[in-house]
Amino acid sequence: MSEVEHVAPPSLARIARVFLQIGATSFGGGVVAYLRGALVERERWFDDEGFLRILELSQTLPGLNSVNVAVLAGDELRGWRGALVGGLGMILPGLIVVTILGMAWGELQDLPVVGRALAGAAAAAVGLIVATTVQIGRRQLTDPVDLALVAVTAVAVGGLGVSLPWAVVGIGGASVLLHRPGSGRRPSERKDSASSRASA
Amino acid sequence: MMEEIHRVLALLAGFSLISVLAIGGGSAVLPEMHKVVVERHHWLQSDDFKEVYSLGQVAPGPNMTMVAVIGEAVAGPLGWLAATIGFFLPSSLLALGVNRLWHRLENWPWRESIEAGLAPLAIGLMGAGAWLLARLAVSGRVGLLVASGTTALLILRRPNPFWLILAGAAAGIAAG
Repeated sequence: MSEVEHVAPPSLARIARVFLQIGATSFGGGVVAYLRGALVERERWFDDEGFLRILELSQTLPGLNSVNVAVLAGDELRGWRGALVGGLGMILPGLIVVTILGMAWGELQDLPVVGRALAGAAAAAVGLIVATTVQIGRRQLTDPVDLALVAVTAVAVGGLGVSLPWAVVGIGGASVLLHRPGSGRRPSERKDSASSRASA
Repeated sequence: MMEEIHRVLALLAGFSLISVLAIGGGSAVLPEMHKVVVERHHWLQSDDFKEVYSLGQVAPGPNMTMVAVIGEAVAGPLGWLAATIGFFLPSSLLALGVNRLWHRLENWPWRESIEAGLAPLAIGLMGAGAWLLARLAVSGRVGLLVASGTTALLILRRPNPFWLILAGAAAGIAAG
């Protein structure tokens, strides 16, 4: 087991409180650093290796990275109940805030200043996505075969409008086969893997 | 009434499918979500979709909680619930199942193949999301400046993205 050994796992209330706090105070691309600070450094629920396992699996799985980490960490600590309170804690604060913002938007969306502010925020969000993509994808963007797969996916879905199910099954399936055991294209068969993933 | 129930079910089905295919996270499924919400069902205008996405950027936590606002705009409180459950529950259940399976498959050689193989797909889908949002949101010199400046600052200095989103909003207002 890679997790830090504990005499008693944390209570469900403690798990809920920690994730509610992360959900209420983290923003956008910074969530992973926040999670590491809370789960590894403050609470000492996981060591670096245990956290990295959760993080890598969260990035592989569909769904939001931060919510997946909350679900997986909760599951490791207290089974499905831990996963439930972890995931809900992560989502709830933002859900409440965005719902209030949504109601205000419903009332005010015809004001030109609101449209201009949100257009500016959306332009900044483009930068946020690009920066996050570059940071998480550092290894894929520097490996020729992976870079080709990234480009094919981006052009197919972003440019040609290929629908998501086809992209996941077609490109994802082909890519997994390309990275099949013995292909020399898997993280453990390369030296740089742990360090580049850890910084993502 | 029938019309609204129909919309709620369509939201639940559409967002559930997106949820289990969301490799690469929220930005990775923006093109598919735009396709379902704007192009296929005409529930929202493209501009509204962009504005709701921006609201999500200002809220704390995962930035895709804005799916609830889309759901509410499409079908009221039930739509709010359907979009939230549809987007968050299926992928979370899958995560729970795969976590347990992954422990048992510790030494299965394909485990790493799947993780390494899906990584470039995730990055490519995120790129497609950035591309779509850029098409919807980046127009004119100010938009281009905000988007490229934000990218550079985040990569070089890693500030809290919240302030950059606010700065983008301020620039949008100032640009008129």
